[in-house]
Amino acid sequence: MALFEYAPAPESRSVVDIKPSYGLFINGEFVDPTDGGALKSINPASEEVLAEVAEAGAGDVDRAVRAARAAYEKVWGPMPGRDRAKYLFRIARLIQERGRELAVLESLDNGKPIRESRDVDIPLVAAYFFYYAGWADKLPYAGFGSDPRPLGVAGQVIPWNFPLLMLAWKIAPALAAGNTVVLKPAETTPLTALLFAEICQQAELPAGVVNIVTGAGDTGRAVVTHPGVDKVAFTGSTEVGRGIAKAIAGTRKKLTLELGGKAANIVFDDAPIDQAVEGIVNGIFFNQGHVCCAGSRLLVQESVYDAVLESLKRRMARLRVGDPLDKNIDIGAINSAAQLERIRTLSEIGAQEGAERWSPPCELPDRGFWFAPTIFTGVSQAHRIAREEIFGPVLSVLTFRTPAEAVEKANNTPYGLSAGVWTDKGSRILWMADRLRAGVVWANTFNKFDPTSPFGGYKESGYGREGGRHGLEAYLDV
Amino acid sequence: MSERVAVRKTYKLFIGGKFPRSESGRSYPVQNSNVALASRKDLRDAVVAARAAVKAWSGTTAYNRGQVLYRVAEMLEGRREQFVALGEPADEVDAAIDRWVWYAGWSDKLPQVYGGANPVAGPYFNLSAPEPTGVVGIVAPAQPSLLGLVSVVAPAIVTGNTAVVLASEERPLAPVTLAEVLATSDLPGGVVNLLTGRIAETAPHLAAHMDVNALDLTGVADGELARTLEEAAAANLKRVLRPSSPDWTADPGTRRMTAFLETKTVWHPKGV
Repeated sequence: MALFEYAPAPESRSVVDIKPSYGLFINGEFVDPTDGGALKSINPASEEVLAEVAEAGAGDVDRAVRAARAAYEKVWGPMPGRDRAKYLFRIARLIQERGRELAVLESLDNGKPIRESRDVDIPLVAAYFFYYAGWADKLPYAGFGSDPRPLGVAGQVIPWNFPLLMLAWKIAPALAAGNTVVLKPAETTPLTALLFAEICQQAELPAGVVNIVTGAGDTGRAVVTHPGVDKVAFTGSTEVGRGIAKAIAGTRKKLTLELGGKAANIVFDDAPIDQAVEGIVNGIFFNQGHVCCAGSRLLVQESVYDAVLESLKRRMARLRVGDPLDKNIDIGAINSAAQLERIRTLSEIGAQEGAERWSPPCELPDRGFWFAPTIFTGVSQAHRIAREEIFGPVLSVLTFRTPAEAVEKANNTPYGLSAGVWTDKGSRILWMADRLRAGVVWANTFNKFDPTSPFGGYKESGYGREGGRHGLEAYLDV
Repeated sequence: MSERVAVRKTYKLFIGGKFPRSESGRSYPVQNSNVALASRKDLRDAVVAARAAVKAWSGTTAYNRGQVLYRVAEMLEGRREQFVALGEPADEVDAAIDRWVWYAGWSDKLPQVYGGANPVAGPYFNLSAPEPTGVVGIVAPAQPSLLGLVSVVAPAIVTGNTAVVLASEERPLAPVTLAEVLATSDLPGGVVNLLTGRIAETAPHLAAHMDVNALDLTGVADGELARTLEEAAAANLKRVLRPSSPDWTADPGTRRMTAFLETKTVWHPKGV
């Protein structure tokens, strides 16, 4: 079967030093929780326990919010933007310096291939800090008035799919704008956030400006509902996002939500097929499909359906699934047992509802959480696998005949985060882009991210934008 | 035991990333040193180097240009005491370091502030974006010789232009030392070229050079000279920034960047 035999090419773990247990990062120090418990963070590729991590209780969250408030009032708020910028530049540089360490730790804790953590996640993390560092002393030029003010204390809750990158998307603009933060990383992927806390210490960031409280849903709820929080930013599922919107109704808290998606990746008959297939594979199998903007619905024009499917299957047969630390691996481990269960359940429903399931022959490791890259053909718009976010390496394939039908089907979802268009015709790209109800439209490319480029959804994919000049608005009193 | 005899520095030109003496073999005594006295030929060499650097530097991503300018700030911070020893006031050296940081951050933001989509009345995509104008000739302010120089050079190059700079005639030691900082800051050779010598001798050739796209006359104190330079610049319609003596410690704004930018607007039809 295999064209080439690959020798194992594991990245060394020796660059990271994981402590047996971690406290909470409050007011510039690691402290033990006073009213919380502990969680274990495991390596999803082996199920080995990596470290024990504190679970912050409501009292711990309160301490963190108070520390953030004090830092906002006494240090960070009054500090000139020029000096805030310098701290953020320092952090950006330290992330670049410690890039390999962060990449390996991210792959260990999350299960994503080292190729992605090393070449995508961590370089982007540094780039976001670098970009927003530059805004800290230029806020009057950002288009929000001559003297835009920060909001105060930001409570931020982030997901497990891009742990450190989501931290950067939240913390960099918040700090640049002059806010202080209390951030809760996801319970299954807290380790890079805790290493980031060490980087804050190394950068001599004033105490209390960044506070990291680890924990699960209850900790997140405590952060979001704390009366001392002025701004809430959440990235995660639409269901939890809805709950947060409800929970803060009637308060003065400003809210931005970056939620789920069910993006259409639309391939027209004039698209270069090989390039489109690379884009389809990247769109759904990047990061095991744990991507809110993943191109999880493939819409292929009928006239090229056979050619695209044949090429896609051939390409999928070359994907390598396995040890995330192996540099030749394309698809790593599913982040948790719970997520694996959800992917399995929805895939079984897909088959039961009549869609045809296909995966390439693919050996999966014995231990850990794994799911082979999978496509479903013969999917209709009514199928649950065409409507619900699977958040795994599972692609639903549908067809269309005309551009208008493609738009109709692409928009036939409560979500609206992203979309992809593949065609040789520039005017058609722009015609499609005008009609797609999605916050990001990728044309002849997919899953591109940049700190200068705003990201966020329409409809039930949330509101507000992260990244770019627009990303500052979420953290300014405007 | 005898006292150690110090090794003295030769203050040379900075062209294409190298430090040549003037091809004319001339120098002039200033600030207790002999400093290269640039000729017309040196100036023409500098323009050639600047032109050669345009393609790569303007094609470098804004992110990378920002990183390079930030690196200049890092290098300058490390040489802070050296500039103080050359007689630059410490607060001005600090301000010069911070100015590199300020402009570093603009590399990927100016197009967002200064460009954008235009809602034309028709089925067209229409986007305006700034582009560098090319080679900028700069007469740096005589004073302050470091902060003034940084304040005119950084905004010209951060957007992707390259520069030929005539340094302060009376105080060239800090400018040449800054060139040594630039040479060790990942800035590609030729992006900044620095000439020392007589402004009245070299500036007319810079202003008349047909391969220079823009002229910053900020440091020209003589009004009559400024007028003749501006006239010469008209030959190939150089973009001209007229002489001024601003408060160099104030927020510099965006004017010095936008002065040396072109705006490119792209139209594209929309339709199936």
